[in-house]
Amino acid sequence: MTDQVPISWYLILSATLFVLGVLGFLIKRNLITVFMSIELMLNGVNLSFVAFAHEWHAVKGQIFVFFVMMVAAAEAAVGLAIIIAIFRARATLAVDRIDLMKL
Amino acid sequence: MNAHLHLWLIPLLPFAGFLINGLFGRRLPKPLVTTIALLAPLGALAVVASAFFSVFVNSGSISLAYTETCPFGPWISAGTLHVDFSFVLDQLSLVMLLVVTGVGFLIHIYSVGYMTDDEGYARYFSYLNLFLFFMTVLVLAGNTLVMFIGWEGVGLASYLLIGFWFTKDSAANAGKKAFIVNRVGDFGFLIAMFLLLANFGTLTFSEIAARLAAHPAWAGGVLTWIALCLMLGAAGKSAQLPLYIWLPDAMEGPTPVSALIHAATMVTAGVYLVARMHFLFDRAPIALSVVAIIGAATALFAATMALVQTDIKRVLAYSTISQLGYMFLGCGVAAYSAAIFHLMTHAFFKALLFLAAGSVIHGLGGEQDMRKMGGLRKKLPITFLTMTVGVVAIGGIPPLAGFFSKDAILFAAFQQGTLGKALYFVGLVTAALTAFYMFRLWYLTFTGESRSHDAHPHESPWSMLGPLVILALLSIVGGWVGIERFAAYLAPATGPRPVDAGSSQLEIIFTIVAVVVAALGWFVADLFYRQKPSRPAKLAAAMPGPYNLLVHKYYVDEFYGAVIVKPLLAVSTYVLGWVVDNAILGGLAWLIGGIATFAGALLQRWQSGNLRSYAAWLAAGAAALLLFLFAPSILASHGISTFWKGW
Amino acid sequence: MHLILFLLFAGFCLAGAINLLLQSHPISSALSLIVVMTSLAVLYLLLGAEFLAVAQVIVYGGAVMVLFTFVIMLLNAGREERTMGSRTARAVGFPAVVALLAIFATVIIKTPGLGMAGAQDAITSTEDLSRVLFHELLLPFEVTSVLILIAILGAVALASHGNGDPHGDQERTSK
Repeated sequence: MTDQVPISWYLILSATLFVLGVLGFLIKRNLITVFMSIELMLNGVNLSFVAFAHEWHAVKGQIFVFFVMMVAAAEAAVGLAIIIAIFRARATLAVDRIDLMKL
Repeated sequence: MNAHLHLWLIPLLPFAGFLINGLFGRRLPKPLVTTIALLAPLGALAVVASAFFSVFVNSGSISLAYTETCPFGPWISAGTLHVDFSFVLDQLSLVMLLVVTGVGFLIHIYSVGYMTDDEGYARYFSYLNLFLFFMTVLVLAGNTLVMFIGWEGVGLASYLLIGFWFTKDSAANAGKKAFIVNRVGDFGFLIAMFLLLANFGTLTFSEIAARLAAHPAWAGGVLTWIALCLMLGAAGKSAQLPLYIWLPDAMEGPTPVSALIHAATMVTAGVYLVARMHFLFDRAPIALSVVAIIGAATALFAATMALVQTDIKRVLAYSTISQLGYMFLGCGVAAYSAAIFHLMTHAFFKALLFLAAGSVIHGLGGEQDMRKMGGLRKKLPITFLTMTVGVVAIGGIPPLAGFFSKDAILFAAFQQGTLGKALYFVGLVTAALTAFYMFRLWYLTFTGESRSHDAHPHESPWSMLGPLVILALLSIVGGWVGIERFAAYLAPATGPRPVDAGSSQLEIIFTIVAVVVAALGWFVADLFYRQKPSRPAKLAAAMPGPYNLLVHKYYVDEFYGAVIVKPLLAVSTYVLGWVVDNAILGGLAWLIGGIATFAGALLQRWQSGNLRSYAAWLAAGAAALLLFLFAPSILASHGISTFWKGW
Repeated sequence: MHLILFLLFAGFCLAGAINLLLQSHPISSALSLIVVMTSLAVLYLLLGAEFLAVAQVIVYGGAVMVLFTFVIMLLNAGREERTMGSRTARAVGFPAVVALLAIFATVIIKTPGLGMAGAQDAITSTEDLSRVLFHELLLPFEVTSVLILIAILGAVALASHGNGDPHGDQERTSK
């Protein structure tokens, strides 16, 4: 009994992580922290992919996670570069202060 | 063996003339403009003449009625309604065409001399050709819809030509008045067409005639209404009561225009329509009586107004209205051939009179007031001679043309019961008045001492005098064809002549009476205007009431102005202008604009640029979407069914 | 055993995530995130994805989070201030988030036929993974490498001193 964990628990954990990521996106004021919440969302989704890959014995699920990780890494790099550029132009990292489209 | 007449050339050549002179006329040299403008009616006349020869000379090569339909397919073919572009040549349209193209051509030649110094020379001729195009379409039409094209088109050409010198306010207003009053009549024509469609299912003349022939007992009722509506249209176009008011004002246009359009051709379109639809009018006796009454009343009414006019063209205008009344009287007593006979002779001498008056005006350098004329007999000899012929013709004095045709109408009127006899006497009185005022015109213009001291009267060039001479000759011999032969010729198209066969004695009596009456008119005119020129003034001073009434044309224009025009203007300005235009439509536009602005302002707050609110809306949208997708399955497990299927 | 491990590391995950939300200094949030990521690696291992677990630690924990930490220290991001922020975010966002969680949870629980994960389940070996990756999905793999190349170029271009004027990294975010 203690050897088995229902897959649904993994899925609920994944959903919770995702929702906490959305919440962080909504309530955090620092731009970098907002970005970190996005990473949290991605991780939650990764977990659900792996869970389903285990459920259906599909390797492709795990490969998808692999790709997500790659893209997330690339995205983190570019996103942080953008944040640096914004900081140079606005001298602030507060999300509420950066409300003009034009830099 | 049926040869082809190429009837389509008859309207096409004037139309080509209109296009060329209209589009390029100003840049072309004047002789070229003249040539094109004259070739168009000449070509049309040639085609008509060849048709005439095919019918009469090579008898048997063409049999009337000859129909030509456009080979490119029907105009309207919708359900049961079928209308073609078709031209029909029968006895009636052949006579009309000869008059229209013949007199039209002569007036074109006259115009070359009359309008030679005018700036809008090319424009004038393009309009004149346009008129000829529409008039020939009207005459040749094989159904009422094609005729309506011509009908409206001649109204348009008339408007353009009346207001030819459009920089003059009076001319522009006269053009507008003519067109608008015509429209009232056209309304009647349209209603008649709708009724025809509803009751006959067709607009083609031959089919309507055939349908009526197949139901010999069908009379009155809706046929009366159709006939009355047609009469309304004819009254508008032919200046009868109550829609005659535009014709005197139409004298603002150049004199050849008055001769062509408002004497010889366009105003006779109403008479032509009634004669064309005679098979319908024959079945509506009430309508025929109305037509006769309107005709006789108009004849008398206009004649009385002509008695006191001082403008030479106005006298002729009222005379035209009066003579048209005669023609409608003829139609109203079912003597259609007599009416068409009078139409033909009237075209000759009325055109002659107008052109001669134009020659006088031209010779005097633009003077139109008869009180400033006089003694022109020696100075304008040929004009004097030809005008004399015209005056004698219209007076109804034998053996000139007017006598024969007027006599035919009056004779036929007398034979039609009590109403006919009453109208006969009205016609007789009008004949006396006609002779009186025409000879008054003659005396005032040509005899006595010259009252035109400043002008140097000179005779007109031969381009103007030539048509005068030809028309004078026609006025002399035009009636010699005789009503019996004319009616017999027209019988296939207009029905037989409605007179008793054995009444030749009565006819002789009538002839003598008519001549006596005409001579009486002449004698009185002589009394007033030659022997004692001061008499008219004394008479007018003695009867100021009736005299003022006549001079102010029975105040009809003022009456219409107060009863129709002013209320319309008031409604337009206040109801339609303020209420509908400003308040309702403007308010509606303001409201819609306001809604758009308000909605925009509301939605603008959504685009705040704030990242967090965007994210919030994103999350909300995602939640809503997922709810939409999964709600059915979730709710179904609780037994609630939704009307949409989800995942 | 499996259950205990799951509960433990799931707890770490949640704790880390919640802590990320509660902390006011970005560096603390970053460290919490690292906790989350490593816990997730263990969970992957429990689910039999050995390669992914290691990749998670190396890529996420060792590269991405390091990057985050570098940027936080470069920009000298300070403590957050409590601001009014966006009322919409609170009025619309919170219910939306709650609704999301509710829908997810309901659907997951109601879905029939979800199995169990246990210790005796097979582990997906790296060989299996790479066999599929390099045989069937070679093209996406190559495209991803190009993507990463582009991302590197973009990041370098953006972060170079070409745009805007350097406002000075010393300035605090507080206003």
